[in-house]
Amino acid sequence: MATVRIPTPLRKLTNGKEEIVTAGATVGELIASLEAQFPGIKERICDDAGKVRRFVNIFANDEDIRFLQNLDTPVKDSDEISIVPAIAGGLF
Amino acid sequence: MSFVKGLSCRECGNIYPKAPVHVCEYCFGPLEITYDYDAVGKILSKSVIASRAPSMWRYAELLPLDNPPSVGLQTGMTPLVRADRLARRLGVRELWVKNDSVSHPTLSFKDRVVSVAISKAREFGIPIVACASTGNLANATAAQAASVGMTAVILIPHDLEPAKVMATSVYGAHVVGVKGTYDDVNRLCSEIAGKYGWGFVNVNLRPFYAEGSKSYGYEIAEQLGWKLPAHVITPMAGGSLITKIGKAFSELTKLGLCSAAKTKIHGAQAEGCAPIASMVIEGRDAMKPVKQPQTIAKSLAIGNPADAFYARQTMLGSGGFAAAPTDPEIIDGMRMLAETEGIFTETAGGVTMGATRRLIEQGHIGKDDGPVVICITGQGLKTQDPLVEVLPRPDLIGPRLADFDGLLGGPLRGLV
Repeated sequence: MATVRIPTPLRKLTNGKEEIVTAGATVGELIASLEAQFPGIKERICDDAGKVRRFVNIFANDEDIRFLQNLDTPVKDSDEISIVPAIAGGLF
Repeated sequence: MSFVKGLSCRECGNIYPKAPVHVCEYCFGPLEITYDYDAVGKILSKSVIASRAPSMWRYAELLPLDNPPSVGLQTGMTPLVRADRLARRLGVRELWVKNDSVSHPTLSFKDRVVSVAISKAREFGIPIVACASTGNLANATAAQAASVGMTAVILIPHDLEPAKVMATSVYGAHVVGVKGTYDDVNRLCSEIAGKYGWGFVNVNLRPFYAEGSKSYGYEIAEQLGWKLPAHVITPMAGGSLITKIGKAFSELTKLGLCSAAKTKIHGAQAEGCAPIASMVIEGRDAMKPVKQPQTIAKSLAIGNPADAFYARQTMLGSGGFAAAPTDPEIIDGMRMLAETEGIFTETAGGVTMGATRRLIEQGHIGKDDGPVVICITGQGLKTQDPLVEVLPRPDLIGPRLADFDGLLGGPLRGLV
């Protein structure tokens, strides 16, 4: 089970939770499992083609997954995955 | 009267009413001002523009204010200089320098964006303006806020050039040095804007602010006789200016003020901080942020530029390219512009010069192509430090003619 950090603007969808511990072998599977628990969250992170939206960054242990294997980036149990809108901060 | 229809998300197209917002709530894409071009076209003609005062406001219908501007009334309409001596040095036929190093009032193109942003802040009734800045924006925001008695809070990286810090403090602004990079400052400003609702010109007012850059593009076209150039070379920090020059040219074409021309728009960054240029040069579509920028061109040292994707699209979509010169090339570029055209630009202008040289050498700019315009956006007096070590010191003599005559056998040999 990896930990996914949820940014402020998406916490309305996670009942206010900042961190979700969930299962998945890749970042893509983690997002699918988030969607199963919190319907509507995936479309905020990924576009219609299923790719990560251009102004959403996902970090696997502080490394941008665009420079790893994108949604196929493997995830280990102890990993921390952060979803960060490109315009970071407390804007929403 | 305003011709602004609203704001729309550049990514998903969601529409927002006019407000100090800059990010799409749904997909986090940046918001862009949209206009009623049919209505603009009924009013704005070459003769109407020509009848107006020589400032950026001669294109008011294409700027996002509801009322006449309240700051920066004299900003814009800087010289477009025919640069024949520089053209010969660089080996191109027709070269121009758009010279915002003499912009009013603070000697950089940031006067344009701040004139729009602070006028807009006043329309919104925002009492305090602020910005994250690498220096030039700090100067412009502080000065223009002072001109209407507004409080300004300016956040900068703690290690900026002393001249840029002093030229901010003098206006009575609150200056906060942040121990971190520009990107750290920017992130902090996002949080402050969210918490206190101040008008950060380049954060929550960004969609309005950025539109001010279009005036730089309109002026190039008008000053060339309502003609679009064959090439434009523009410096990139956050990537906004280059994108807006592209937007300006396409608006002029849409309005029938210029005939369609395929202007190649090229981007320049310093080698020590080239997150956007490297996307183009290396053919990548993902931007790799630069964690620790290392360059004398501090005004361009943004490691995580907000408009990287659209800047790349502007270059590639226009058939342009990018170049990232080294610090020594930047200094050479500053000296070459000064020695050939008598224009002293800051390090960022040296970057644009260095990039232009490379793009010509590499064949991206053809020697016989039409007009080539180099975008000079800042003033050399603000960034003198890198030149201190490389420029010759004055020859020192006593106050007697004999002492002077002694130079004629040395440094002044051949003058008489």
